[in-house]
Amino acid sequence: MLSEFRLPALGADMEEGTVVQWNVAPGDAVRRGQVVAVVETDKGAIDVEIFEDGVMRELVVQPGTKVPVGTVLARLETAGESASPSPAPGPAGAAETAAGSRARISPAARVRARELGVEVASLTGTGPGGAITIEDVEKAKRPAQPSREPPAAKAGEHDMAQAGGMRAAIATAMSRSKREIPHYYLSLTKDVTGAVDWLAARNASVPVTERLLFTALLIKAVALTCRDVQGFSGFYRDGRYEPGPSVHVGVAVALRGGGLVAPAIMDTADKPLPALMEEFRQLVMRARGGRLRASELAAPSIIVTSLGDADVDAVFPIIQPPQVAIVGSGAVSSRPWVVDGKVEPRQLIVLSLGADHRVTDGRLGAQFLAGIAERLAAPGKL
Amino acid sequence: MTPGPGSRITYREAVKQAIREALAQDPRVFLMGEDVGKYGGCFAVSKGLLDEFGEERIRDTPLSESAFVGAGIGAAMAGMRPIVEIMTVNFSLLAIDQIVNNAATICHMSGGQFPVPVVIRMATGAGRQLAAQHSHSLEAWYAHVPGLRVVEPATIDDARGMLRPALESPDPVIIFEPISLYNMEGELTEAAAGVDLSHARIHRPGRDVTLVTYGASLWRCVTAAEELAASGIEAEIVDLRSLRPLDDAAILGSVRRTRRVVIVDEGWRTGSLSAEVAMRIVEQGFYDLDAPIGRVCTEEVPIPYPKHLEDAALPDPARIVAAVRRTMGNAQ
Repeated sequence: MLSEFRLPALGADMEEGTVVQWNVAPGDAVRRGQVVAVVETDKGAIDVEIFEDGVMRELVVQPGTKVPVGTVLARLETAGESASPSPAPGPAGAAETAAGSRARISPAARVRARELGVEVASLTGTGPGGAITIEDVEKAKRPAQPSREPPAAKAGEHDMAQAGGMRAAIATAMSRSKREIPHYYLSLTKDVTGAVDWLAARNASVPVTERLLFTALLIKAVALTCRDVQGFSGFYRDGRYEPGPSVHVGVAVALRGGGLVAPAIMDTADKPLPALMEEFRQLVMRARGGRLRASELAAPSIIVTSLGDADVDAVFPIIQPPQVAIVGSGAVSSRPWVVDGKVEPRQLIVLSLGADHRVTDGRLGAQFLAGIAERLAAPGKL
Repeated sequence: MTPGPGSRITYREAVKQAIREALAQDPRVFLMGEDVGKYGGCFAVSKGLLDEFGEERIRDTPLSESAFVGAGIGAAMAGMRPIVEIMTVNFSLLAIDQIVNNAATICHMSGGQFPVPVVIRMATGAGRQLAAQHSHSLEAWYAHVPGLRVVEPATIDDARGMLRPALESPDPVIIFEPISLYNMEGELTEAAAGVDLSHARIHRPGRDVTLVTYGASLWRCVTAAEELAASGIEAEIVDLRSLRPLDDAAILGSVRRTRRVVIVDEGWRTGSLSAEVAMRIVEQGFYDLDAPIGRVCTEEVPIPYPKHLEDAALPDPARIVAAVRRTMGNAQ
């Protein structure tokens, strides 16, 4: 069948992108996950992966063209018939629903439904064996899906787009976050002297390239805690919380030209520390080189943002929609701390949590934050 | 003596007129077959032609299909334009070696040096209580073979008009004449002079469902379409006319308009022309279909002799109507 490859939303804040180049030509066989195009977005040039195996038939959008999210970029011939009308890429959820039972619908009706943007799952068929026919689809026709961001988001603001695409993207996402998400914030000061010492001892015995950063411990601790305490790694969509299919911790990376991105380390909780560290290093490098992959930007189910190098005590982080939580950390610094009734210099860090009150309450948030702190206290088990 | 356009004649008479015209216009044309001369043809198609054209050109043959079909192939290669009549498609199996191994291949194997412009006419199909050895519809066997052209006139005009282009074709052409249509009467129109061997024809336009058919089943479809029209379902009937090559464009064009299709084929379902047509629709028009493709074929039995069993084995309007209603679902 002929399948459409649409410009994916590389994060909830993205509304359009410019095709910079195609890495494939019509007639080329492609595999799911292959980087087929480079798209310039507010977050820099992104390697965009394709979602299905197949053979490229037609490159619809020419390099240099700026198009909205959802635009058909190319068409490809795929072996099977796709159950979801437009392969919605993106964080979690979407693909899973495609499995399961298929609607009984005629081929022509399926094509028509796609043209009209009608969701076939909700239709009642009047054809042979109760199959959905073209007529059923046309009867159910309703206006095309509203764009994911109401125009109001942009109205009233001065033209941020001209000030820089990245700024505009952050503006859109953070405005939406503050408009829609009732945040609550918690913070916790933790003595991490043990972890710092453990790191120093470990790093002393390995080559520079294999040294671990404290951030790697924090990322892993967050990932593991997401498994222990539910409600923080996932998405809030259509009025309800959906847990992420796997914990993909996004890491906020500041870019040299200003702005930031938060690509994911996939399946974070399953990765041993050295592998996680290496991936983190690569991710930062690629983020700063503007060569992130679409799936990395779309995948995070929770984000860790650390301003340790900026010498601040604490971060009060803002959730990136549609996620429901974000963990912040300030600098690890030597401070007076009471140990066994005596004041001692210890390595302290302030961990913070911004969480969505629609999904969780403060008590659960406290449990989550304490879980992270506890994990950091036993770095050998991370 | 020769009835012209506008007159009502039988299918048999239309075929006879075509043969008479060919004999009169081209001295290379001759007719041969079992009982075509003195007896006038076992279905009386050539009655009177012996008196008119003489034994040289209306030749009775021995009861040896392989021999006289082979003679026809040789005569065609030597520059004649033979019309070979085989009583029924069942008997043609005695000559299938000549038809498939020689007629269909020689032009290709000789690099185009020896075309075989033979025309082989044979009766086909059931409906006259002629029992299993005289009633089968084996068109698909020949439609399978590259190098042959296979046509089946279902109307008076086609019965009258197809012989001329068949004789003009450099390829061997097999003309199937449905036994049950010889006595059918109809109006001969001027269109008969312009028919070709390649195209299917919309016999009846309609918007709701396509009936793809050929031969005697055309008229079963016409009856079914009238009954369907009474309940508001407009069936479009595609008369294939040419069974090899198949006119994909006409079939798909109709299916794209109606999005539903029922194929009516007097052949047996298994390995039939209906299967080939359905597969082409799936290959080229899958996304145009709004319902599964339906088929009405002959029951998978040797055609029975008793009238009620013969009728029960063949496609009939009631089964066609039922198949159409199944493709319509509740939308009827």
